[in-house]
Amino acid sequence: MNGIIELWDTIVELFAYDFFKKAFFAAVFASISCGIIGGYIVSKRIVFISGGITHASFGGIGLAFLLGFNPLIGAVIFAVLSALGIQFFTKVAEIREDSSIAIWWSLGMALGIIFIFMTPGYTPNLMSYLFGNILTVTVSELWWMFILNVVIIAYFVFLFRKILYIAFDEEFARAAGLRVSLFNYLTMILIALTVVLNIRVVGIILILSLLTIPQATANLFTNDFKKLLILSTVFAFIGTTSGLFISYFLDIPSGAAIIFTLVIMFGVVRLSKYFFK
Amino acid sequence: MEALIKIENLTVGYDKQPVLKNVNLDICENDFIGVIGPNGGGKTTLLKAILGLLKPFKGTIEFRKDIDGNNRQIGYLPQVKHIDRKFPITVFDVVRSGSIMKNQFKGNVQIKLKIEKLLNEMGISNIRNKAIGELSGGQMQRVFLCRAILSDPKVLILDEPDTFVDNRFEGELYEKLRLLNNDMAIVLVSHDMGTISSYVKTIACVNGDLHYHPSSSISQEQLDGYKCPIQVISHGEIPHTVLKHHH
Repeated sequence: MNGIIELWDTIVELFAYDFFKKAFFAAVFASISCGIIGGYIVSKRIVFISGGITHASFGGIGLAFLLGFNPLIGAVIFAVLSALGIQFFTKVAEIREDSSIAIWWSLGMALGIIFIFMTPGYTPNLMSYLFGNILTVTVSELWWMFILNVVIIAYFVFLFRKILYIAFDEEFARAAGLRVSLFNYLTMILIALTVVLNIRVVGIILILSLLTIPQATANLFTNDFKKLLILSTVFAFIGTTSGLFISYFLDIPSGAAIIFTLVIMFGVVRLSKYFFK
Repeated sequence: MEALIKIENLTVGYDKQPVLKNVNLDICENDFIGVIGPNGGGKTTLLKAILGLLKPFKGTIEFRKDIDGNNRQIGYLPQVKHIDRKFPITVFDVVRSGSIMKNQFKGNVQIKLKIEKLLNEMGISNIRNKAIGELSGGQMQRVFLCRAILSDPKVLILDEPDTFVDNRFEGELYEKLRLLNNDMAIVLVSHDMGTISSYVKTIACVNGDLHYHPSSSISQEQLDGYKCPIQVISHGEIPHTVLKHHH
């Protein structure tokens, strides 16, 4: 019992630190945006597009390093451009969708590497963009994440039915006269913003996991779209916060710790469903 | 009587490649048109053009004023093979999606009551909370039929509602459609000629183009006439054949 009390005390003490409070809020915000947007992405089977957008945003980060402005702004520009670029390549230039995604995916990464190579001096934060570092999130980043969460929640609450029907059967929605393309562009922009603003939490390379593993776990419990979005958020929260503590106590990188926790959680839930059903 | 949907000189297809050429067809109240034809002949293309999913290269599709506009009163049952069966959505929500964009419902309660009523009529109210991935073929078709007729459309368009279903359900389905036909025109694409010929009033054979010939009947030999570019056969009191092979 003493051990648990000591652990509890340590956790409470941790919250006295400013950096830890910020990290905790970042985990909460990341869980909400990634839980909801990830639920949509997984249901609509556009995980690969999201991966393309994420990696393409690296080009923007590189450009920002080179020209000396905020890397997240560069990432946003590249993410949105690649989201539109993928749509354009597929619809207008008639390139097969998975190929267009791969083109933008690798183009963004290549540009990022070129820009960073051209940047004079050492770029110390590079690793934190690739693999995330939730412990170094700044207050202004937290504000942006908060605003994004408000937008996402409002979008999904007010337009829930239309989003669901379009995601489920786009053709039917189009036949009913819904402006499907407009919705798809709006959602794509929200996906781009979600990816970029959560880069600081788990990093470009690892963010897909936050958009898919909590959802896969939630999907073991429900086949109702609304419940899936909510449960995904809950599992994302459990994963990110436990990952945060594990990262602190074992002194390992936070992004990797979060992903590892998410996968273990999925595995345990999946196995227990298998054995106790 | 003004046609509900008037298709004139329609040429339509995919990627600038026409599948249907110069098609003319009137869909009038209480019509029950069975659309048949070989694979790739343009059956689904015709439906998609009517639904506004494909833009005509040439020609027009006009809707009678009261069924046009934002509230276009056309019910649609797509081919179930295009449905993502792993999508996390319940039967109730699938049916409810039939109310998308439709303004005739006054609030959620009215929609829910209507859904309950339809599910009961179709004998599937016990599966309302199931995920669509758990359903059998027949249950799926019932669910999608409920969705298609939720908003009381004036025209009901069905793309192969008889795939993945057993014979017993097929009979039930066509009986159900016969009842619905009192309230709405029906356009139905099917592979199963034998069955639909005893329910539909008119048969349109689509193979690149389509002509409309009312008042005639259908026989196996005529079905072999698929080779003919188009053929429309209608079903009368006494089975008889009017159509000649034409090019």
